[in-house]
Amino acid sequence: MKERYLKDVVTLAYDEGKCIGCGRCAEVCPHAVFAVEDRVARVVDRDRCMECGACARNCPTDAISVDAGVGCAAAILLGLVTGKEPDCGGPDGCC
Amino acid sequence: MSAGATGDRPVCRRGAAAGRLAGALPPEPPLPDVPRAAAAWTLRDRLGAYKVRWGIGRDDYAVDPGLYHVGAPGPDSEVLVTASYKLTFDVVRRALAGLDAWLLVLDTKGVNVWCAAGKGTFGTSELVRRVKAVSLDRRVAHRRLVLPQLGAVGVAAHEVKRATGFAVDYGPVRIGDLPAYLAAGRVATPAMRRVRFSLRDRIALVPGELVFAIKPLLVAFGVLFLLDVLGLGRFGPVDAYATVGAVLVGTVLVPILLPWIPGRAFAFKGALLGVLWALGVAALNGWPAAPTLAWPRALAYLLVLPALSAFAAMNFTGSTTFTSPSGVNREMRTAVPAMAVAAAAGALVLVAEMALGWFAGGAG
Repeated sequence: MKERYLKDVVTLAYDEGKCIGCGRCAEVCPHAVFAVEDRVARVVDRDRCMECGACARNCPTDAISVDAGVGCAAAILLGLVTGKEPDCGGPDGCC
Repeated sequence: MSAGATGDRPVCRRGAAAGRLAGALPPEPPLPDVPRAAAAWTLRDRLGAYKVRWGIGRDDYAVDPGLYHVGAPGPDSEVLVTASYKLTFDVVRRALAGLDAWLLVLDTKGVNVWCAAGKGTFGTSELVRRVKAVSLDRRVAHRRLVLPQLGAVGVAAHEVKRATGFAVDYGPVRIGDLPAYLAAGRVATPAMRRVRFSLRDRIALVPGELVFAIKPLLVAFGVLFLLDVLGLGRFGPVDAYATVGAVLVGTVLVPILLPWIPGRAFAFKGALLGVLWALGVAALNGWPAAPTLAWPRALAYLLVLPALSAFAAMNFTGSTTFTSPSGVNREMRTAVPAMAVAAAAGALVLVAEMALGWFAGGAG
């Protein structure tokens, strides 16, 4: 895939010891960051993570954590200016 | 939770039949009629879809939340969950032509699934509330829901199961894959699980990027015009097309050529093409053989235009499907100061040019 963003920057953290092999993370990840092998999930391509947070939210044992948010420059800039959490969707927001 | 969770209760499709089917069970209030979601699009649907792609009326393009039926669903038909953004709803019902299914629309305030899931409106609590509000356990005999995969950002499947008894299956990312997913017995291929960002997707986003750029561009023109009128600078058609071009580079060219432009940071990609554009503007004005553009102006272009393109390109991170907030943050920490310095240096060159002009004029 050509769609690659910056290297080694995402906040995705995964504790394999807590994994019960349910496979939800691999099911919900839109970028195939996880793969389940031998009933245990593994991070196979961390740099592809876009920090959407679907895996962490759907992990029944809280084995995954990630600072989820919007990867949007306008939102982050606005957040810096207003001092609030970056959030898309103003009156004519992107999302 | 009522006793209905056992799943063997007779289920009715239309409210009128409720009393008859309820049989020996204690009478329950009849279920209201479920509105139909027709598969075919009307002219109004098509016009609406076109308008919202250009950002017109997008904030008020919603359908009522609740339960709908596509075709003639029964107690064993799938329940598909979606958002109240009308374009989403329309694309879903169109994709389901010829199928029988229930459509459960969550109240996402007219926002699409992925963005609403990010905000939490397409979320666990709204789903649980909606399942109960429409008495879904009396409409269907099974206990499963099909959610769009991207809804997983806001929904915790295990919590939904605990609260409602309904198990969540995440369907494909793309609505177009829904019929194949259902036909395969709710099995998604790896390709169905991946978010893509094809040339076609990127082209579809260009109108939105352009609409975003129009306001700041008009402001820039106003400022240049004012400076010109006040005699604080000389700005003409070349400046106008140079500026518009730089913005178009960031809002149209970068999105379309994205995977082929060297570099990973969007601002870098924008700046790179912006430099090429600045050189192009110089070439259009006779450089290097017979320049009709003074060198301070050309230098100012080389500083300001890439900054403009870089900024516009950086904004495209908000429309992509693969940039992480941490990544955008890191990119901006370098890019924003660099743009500011370049733009300020460009402005300084223009001021110097003007001052030199005055001196020259005064001497002559």
